[in-house]
Amino acid sequence: MSKEEINWIIRDYLRCSGCRRCEVACSWRHEGKIWPEASRVRVFMLVPGVEIPHLCAQCHDYPCVSSCPFNALSASDETGAVLVDREKCTSCAICIDACPGKIPFLHPGDNKVVICDLCGGDPECTKVCQEAKFNALGVVRGRRGNMSRKLFAQTPEELTEDVATNIYGEKAEELI
Amino acid sequence: MPRGYAGKLLEVDLSSETTKDVSFDEEILRNYVGGRGLASKILWDRLGEKWETIDPLGPENIFLALTGPLTALYPGARVCISGKSPQCNGIIGSTTSGEFPSELKCAGYDGVIVAGKASRPVYILITDDGGEIRDAKDVWGKEAPELIKTLTKQVRELLEKKKPNVGKWKEPAMVYCGPAGESMVRTAAVLQKISHAAGYGGYGAVMGSKNLKAIVAKGRKPLPDVASPGALKLLWREVDSRYCQRDRTWPSLWGTGYAGYEVGARSSSEPVRNWQEEWHDEKRFGGPKFDFRYWVKRYWSDFNCSGSCMKLAVIKTGPYKGTFTDNPDYELEAYLGPNLGVFDPGECIYLSALIDYLGYSGINGANTLAFAAELYQRGIITKDDLGFELNWGDVKSFEALARMIVRREGIGDVLAEGTYRAALKISKMRGVDVTRYAVHVKGVEIGAHGTRSGQDFRPVGYACSPQCGDHTSGVYDAYKDMDMVFLDSAVVCSFMDSDLIWDYYRAVTGWDTTEEDWNRVLGHRIIHIQRAALLLGGPDIRWDPATDDDLPPRFYEPLPSGPYKDKTTDRKALEEMRKQYYETVGWDEKGVPKSEVLRRLGLDDVDRVLDKLRK
Repeated sequence: MSKEEINWIIRDYLRCSGCRRCEVACSWRHEGKIWPEASRVRVFMLVPGVEIPHLCAQCHDYPCVSSCPFNALSASDETGAVLVDREKCTSCAICIDACPGKIPFLHPGDNKVVICDLCGGDPECTKVCQEAKFNALGVVRGRRGNMSRKLFAQTPEELTEDVATNIYGEKAEELI
Repeated sequence: MPRGYAGKLLEVDLSSETTKDVSFDEEILRNYVGGRGLASKILWDRLGEKWETIDPLGPENIFLALTGPLTALYPGARVCISGKSPQCNGIIGSTTSGEFPSELKCAGYDGVIVAGKASRPVYILITDDGGEIRDAKDVWGKEAPELIKTLTKQVRELLEKKKPNVGKWKEPAMVYCGPAGESMVRTAAVLQKISHAAGYGGYGAVMGSKNLKAIVAKGRKPLPDVASPGALKLLWREVDSRYCQRDRTWPSLWGTGYAGYEVGARSSSEPVRNWQEEWHDEKRFGGPKFDFRYWVKRYWSDFNCSGSCMKLAVIKTGPYKGTFTDNPDYELEAYLGPNLGVFDPGECIYLSALIDYLGYSGINGANTLAFAAELYQRGIITKDDLGFELNWGDVKSFEALARMIVRREGIGDVLAEGTYRAALKISKMRGVDVTRYAVHVKGVEIGAHGTRSGQDFRPVGYACSPQCGDHTSGVYDAYKDMDMVFLDSAVVCSFMDSDLIWDYYRAVTGWDTTEEDWNRVLGHRIIHIQRAALLLGGPDIRWDPATDDDLPPRFYEPLPSGPYKDKTTDRKALEEMRKQYYETVGWDEKGVPKSEVLRRLGLDDVDRVLDKLRK
């Protein structure tokens, strides 16, 4: 599979119930325990009812990868996901700054950067979301994932403003 | 340390502004688990000997916010709020859902014990680094939306400053009281998010009495280790899969918000105009009206729960534009709808949002609003008392009354004492017995499920429950009803109960406790402690089982309308059920737990204190 035809996780914020079972599933897989703050997808609720699952958008130009002075990040040829070499990561947080959505974060345990690895192409988070029929997170494959993915790399605050406006209309200004 | 627990609780003395970590040994946790069970144990150990003298709204009372071993690990995370209740003067375990309990456990704490009284408004912040007491002057007096906004910003900025380079900080979660709690209104709730209330018990007033506005938690640690991670991972998926395969109209699609029509029209057990009726056939108040017009988010959940019984309602046009709240769920639909003579979904949503923003319990407080309206209908209180007319269905008047109560102005100060205490005062003031219009059991305003039609709740459920008017925890046969005591002690939501829950419990804790152990022994200890506290009561009111293990007088009036017209609660049947319940649970004919039963359960200290009630 080429980088042009990757797996991708679509996100539909209006359908996110805020159950955070994606966080649980992700941390089961990557940490072997339930650890919401170490989950590669983190659901923000900065305004009541406005739930923002925040996870890597796999930008086509990977600004995080090119920003890393230690070559700790790379884009997987197989899935297009950003892979972290934890040995090389120095916790400098430069990649967080480079990300248009400030999506990466440092692991609450070992302080190394955490970025969604798409579970090697078979993401756990989408399974629980699909099972519950929320459909806020789902896998798309191939060319349908090949859109301007970078547009999805936004900060939780930016996304909250948009989704809150969608839900609350004018009232959103007071709540944000 | 047993598995499933973070391993410590934060104990805060607000009088001296000090905090420390405390923990309980495994034996206590195994017996009392957490939540309602552990609350009963803590309160009894610390206050039992002098229970009758403790003023629930005085500094000597203890405010508790406790999780349990299943909390956040099992779908439907809740936190159990407790203390000596300013409503019944006993112990109520009152739970509310949201992200506070998961954040608390991730910060390394199973609960918070708050004693004393702060000299100024404060809030408690709990992080991985421990607990601290912080000034709450920016949020004192604030209603829910502004409070949440301000504290979310303040705490996020604080955490970002403390640890700047770890990436975006997620929001903290909190339990808080509204302006009603600050005024020590006895029907004040403790809330999470904008509308998730722990209303029974009146613990918002206890927070207010301590000058405690909120407890805020943000944890970055993992949830506690469990005994069998492999088994738990399977159970975690299986419980949810079974849930997802069910007919999901309830609670997922409709929440309980479709019941505001159904319970009235079909089972004829919904409060209508202060329970003068329990039937209505107002189709415009049907679930689809709420759903299609106002619910902008049909699936709204809390941490680790795909139950999504909550629905975000937003009013986008008309006089109540900008109003937003959850659902409302059935209880608030009924209590802030038909029970106030309101049959318009938009008006009900408006009142429901208002009441939650004020931190005034949508069941208990709204019961008092309807009680006042009935007194107005009967000419016992008048426009002179209120400054306005109080007719059924008049939304603006009910809003004005709620605000008067929350500010404790004029007659609002009397009504702020809750329905029963207000009834006692008004009876004295007006020289007419109005307690017969007070729909409560032992000072706790009753849930929105009547007993008269025989189609809904069993009368003994309320009459003998240590949680009094609480509709979620009625008693049954001293065996099956222990289920609810377990859910409140493991602290998970009853909507997500499953036949796998005991396997889940064993996989989390590693203990070999069985359902049978719980239903026959462990649950009973908790019920007896709650019962002991309730009977000791005080200092202002004490209950006599002979007259108070009963239903409100209204529940014996014949239903005046509907398909069950003229039906009423069968007093003889209730007396028989009560007698049976006493015998099964192990209380004497006066309703006092028997000495030999308490001693068999190892509750010798409870037995000793109860001796004075047996004479």
